[in-house]
Amino acid sequence: MKPASFAYHAPKSVDEAVSLLDELAPQDGRILAGGQSLVATMAFRMARPSHLIDINGIEELAKLSADHGVVRIGACVRHCAFDSDALTGATGALLRKVVRNIAHLPIRTRGTFCGSVANADPASEWCCVMAALDGVAVLRSPRGTRRVPAAELYQGVMATSMAEDELLIAAELPMLADDTRTGFIEFSRRQGDFAIAMALVTYRLEGTVIVEPRVAIGGAETYPRRISESETVLQGRAPCEATFVAAAEAAAVAIDPMEDINNTARYRRNLVRDLTQKALELAA
Amino acid sequence: MTDRREITLKINGTEYTINVEARRTLVDAIREECGQTGTHIGCEHGVCGACTVLVNGNPVRSCLMFAVQAEGQSIRTVEGLQQGEQLHPLQESFMKHHALQCGFCTPGFLMLAVGVLEKNPDLTDEELSDLLSSNLCRCTGYENIMKAVRAGADGMK
Ligand SMILES: Cc1cc2nc3c(=O)[nH]c(=O)nc-3n(C[C@H](O)[C@H](O)[C@H](O)COP(=O)(O)OP(=O)(O)OC[C@H]3O[C@@H](n4cnc5c(N)ncnc54)[C@H](O)[C@@H]3O)c2cc1C
Ligand code: FES
Ligand code: FES
Repeated sequence: MKPASFAYHAPKSVDEAVSLLDELAPQDGRILAGGQSLVATMAFRMARPSHLIDINGIEELAKLSADHGVVRIGACVRHCAFDSDALTGATGALLRKVVRNIAHLPIRTRGTFCGSVANADPASEWCCVMAALDGVAVLRSPRGTRRVPAAELYQGVMATSMAEDELLIAAELPMLADDTRTGFIEFSRRQGDFAIAMALVTYRLEGTVIVEPRVAIGGAETYPRRISESETVLQGRAPCEATFVAAAEAAAVAIDPMEDINNTARYRRNLVRDLTQKALELAA
Repeated sequence: MTDRREITLKINGTEYTINVEARRTLVDAIREECGQTGTHIGCEHGVCGACTVLVNGNPVRSCLMFAVQAEGQSIRTVEGLQQGEQLHPLQESFMKHHALQCGFCTPGFLMLAVGVLEKNPDLTDEELSDLLSSNLCRCTGYENIMKAVRAGADGMK
């Protein structure tokens, strides 16, 4: 089907975009970023925004930077930006592993990191990264700038704590220490499809034991989050099979899986157990 | 309420000044307003890849972009591959390796592959199958498309 009519706005600055959003959000005005989710839902007429505020022409939002220990991802940075050596270190290496799981190349050339974060699909890889690394969403509105940590951002399937008039201007991720080990794996029925479940783990070794473990699960629950029960198992233990099996079991027990017509809760729980163990093995 | 505007699209080097609604997708504008019907429309929601064109050298789904967004950008479609009487090496390769049956998906596959191979002709088999998994073909079973792109890549070097 064809998208319904809307009025198109192409602001050239963040200030202009914020004031347009302030004016038009109450009339169902929306931000258009990569369009890789929004335009598809408009074609289905599941979304019929009356106004679209296209942020693609705002140069200051296209910036990707890494300094002072923070990777800052502007609202117009596309998925494909992470499929290069632009970002170094453990965080860069992790994002390179993850990005290849997001859709397909022609979608990655348009879709944006921040669009995924705002869209809050439970199976979004970037939302899982935000949860795993305690990323921060930087939100701008006429009331000023607000910084919301991932743990307070996601509230349910495609639901966030962003107000309708807030523009996500950037996402920030910590730069992991260089010796951080990272593992990511997801399962979907076909290459490029949305995942049924995914696991992202990071940890460091101090001597022979695991420190600073992070275990995040996406796709299985209504939003991705860190699983502290699994991290507690890993902390201070040697990275061996017994540890990984115990941590994977803890993750499987801790989650409250979604059910849908193809995937039962039990199936998702088993998948999470398997993927958590594999992600830990990949990181080792 | 309709938001109509005059825009200029540059397709394969030719400028088309057209009048479209903001809701007009790029693929519809390419086909209907600009008359370049080589680019096909399958699913209209980003899944099949039939509408793949190059925008500033990058493969995109032209059903997930609005025509107004493409103003001032360089668009390439399947019509631009042939040089005079000479088919593009990848087109030759698709013929030689029987990489099409009905041909519906072919323009999308060609633009996808051309966009990527122009930047990196040395894809591994794994990278190639990952890339081609982006587009759907209901006829060929993909094996011959793989072969054609692999052989065409050598021809493009
Ligand atoms: C075939 C296909 C397969 C896909 N597979 C995957 C996949 O495996 N994994 C995955 O994660 N994604 C997948 N996607 C979705 C893709 O990653 C999208 O790019 C992404 O979800 C949304 O980003 P966008 O920039 O395209 O946002 P848009 O589609 O432009 O916007 C999405 C929503 O977020 C809002 N929004 C966007 N940016 C902002 C902002 N800066 N501030 C406030 N609100 C904003 C919009 O108003 C809209 O409601 C797939 C898409 C397709 C078509
Ligand atoms: S028509 Fe655009 S992807 Fe199917
Ligand atoms: S040749 Fe018929 S769909 Fe590909």
